[in-house]
Amino acid sequence: MTKRVLLIEDEPNIIEAVSFILTRDGWDVKTHSNGHDAIDAVHYRTPDLIILDVMLPGRSGFEILQDIRADQTLADMPVLMLTARGQEKDREMAQRYGASRYMTKPFSNAELLANVRELIAP
Amino acid sequence: MAQSQLIGNRIRDRRLSLGLKQSELARQVGISPSYLNLIEHNRRRIGGKTLLALAEYLQVEPALLSEGAEAALTEGLRVAAHSQNSHVAELDRTEEFAGRFPGWAQVLAALHLKAEALEQTTKTLTDRLANDPHLSASLHDVISSVTAIRATSSILVETKNLEPEWRARFHRNINEDSRRLAEGAEALVKYLEGAPDTDADIRSPLDEMHAFLDAHDYMLPVLEKSNGAAAVPHLVAQAPELKTDSARQMAQRVLLQAHEDAQALPMRALCQAVDEVGIQPDGLAQRLNVTLPLLFRRMTALPTTIYGPVGLVICDASGTIVFRKPIPGFAIPHAAGPCALWPLFQTLQAPMQTFVTPLEQAGRQPEPVMSYAAAQVTAPMSFDTPAQIKGYMLLVPRRQGQHAAPPQVVGTSCRICPVAQCTARREASLLTMAV
Repeated sequence: MTKRVLLIEDEPNIIEAVSFILTRDGWDVKTHSNGHDAIDAVHYRTPDLIILDVMLPGRSGFEILQDIRADQTLADMPVLMLTARGQEKDREMAQRYGASRYMTKPFSNAELLANVRELIAP
Repeated sequence: MAQSQLIGNRIRDRRLSLGLKQSELARQVGISPSYLNLIEHNRRRIGGKTLLALAEYLQVEPALLSEGAEAALTEGLRVAAHSQNSHVAELDRTEEFAGRFPGWAQVLAALHLKAEALEQTTKTLTDRLANDPHLSASLHDVISSVTAIRATSSILVETKNLEPEWRARFHRNINEDSRRLAEGAEALVKYLEGAPDTDADIRSPLDEMHAFLDAHDYMLPVLEKSNGAAAVPHLVAQAPELKTDSARQMAQRVLLQAHEDAQALPMRALCQAVDEVGIQPDGLAQRLNVTLPLLFRRMTALPTTIYGPVGLVICDASGTIVFRKPIPGFAIPHAAGPCALWPLFQTLQAPMQTFVTPLEQAGRQPEPVMSYAAAQVTAPMSFDTPAQIKGYMLLVPRRQGQHAAPPQVVGTSCRICPVAQCTARREASLLTMAV
């Protein structure tokens, strides 16, 4: 069965590019573009993997990540964090809140695919 | 040289107490009387060898002559050594060093002080950069655009047999993002160019919007027409002053509001009322049966040539200025926070009250203005959220004989305010700070 990935990101052109790359790689890609109700989208879409941007309108990616980890049913969900800030501080926060991987913008498509494939086989 | 002054005085005191003449002492230590005179009057710094000779002849420990002088210096040297966590410096020989090489010692101590001051400045600047919202927003924009361009362009290059629809779509995206990138980069360059000048700022969207309104004298006749709203998008898109999307959105909101206001209070009715009542906001509001905020906004569109200048400042509940139309005699700062004494901010504390206050800005040509301030509730309170309030302050020139009370002195912003005693001061003034 095709594996599902949920991309939570607010930049339309990044959404389009990432969706395209992953779809061509055999993933079923769903997207969500704000922080407010991202956690609802996670429950509704039941993805196998989440790609989560840090800077989102409404709520930060870190808050959403904390919610995900606090939820028993989602505790083992692979989460790949994306951020526009390459700062050490953000990397530490992502690790502390339990991100499975961390990727700094801008990233190459190969890097994205490698990370996603290592987290879960498509 | 504060320290050396002490040395000169000590030598002179000691010589006089021994009943020695200047020429006698000079001869004994092998310097000219005039040189000794200069030393005693603190006009020449005294070296180690001369100091030792003088001390010998004056029968005092060299340290006694130099102690007061060198105390501050040796302390400075110790601080400098500790700041380096240095085990290399011969701390037990600090006095000797200062005594033998007072010039070098002073250079070292002074360099340490300078390094400390520079460190402080660097820290402040780093802080400012790290917390600067314009900068971090510009950077975020740039990085987002770069990310999108990078991902999209490698799709275009690496995907074999990419369908023409997708190709066209990605081309369009790259074009869009590269334009955004150019805007972001330009804003960054502008910011960094302005950085050495602390008062210069990146031109914020708010500044762009005001530049646009200013170019039109805060009056757009088309908005007076009932179908004027239709013209707004074109006006905004064509404005050379509006360079960012954020500024265009801001301008659009302000213009649509102005159009709505114009329909609620037509210019002809306003002018007629002003002709009869004068520039008297309370009387006008009653006469026209409109709220003060609406009246204030409309009064900014009164033709200046007939009714004189009308200024307006609007702030939100955080005290941030969201709209400003200046008038001569009353400066409204762009980047720095405004003076906390403005009646504008009292409205936030007492939103059900109006304030009529003659004002004069300190440090400017005295040009008193009349201020009329009132608050507007822009979103009602609920059990979940407090009410949203905006403060309004209308400014008009004060006419002769109007309002007998002496004007209240307020500032522009602390950095350029000369008022010495002020409980509302946030930071020291450039004008009164010791150089």
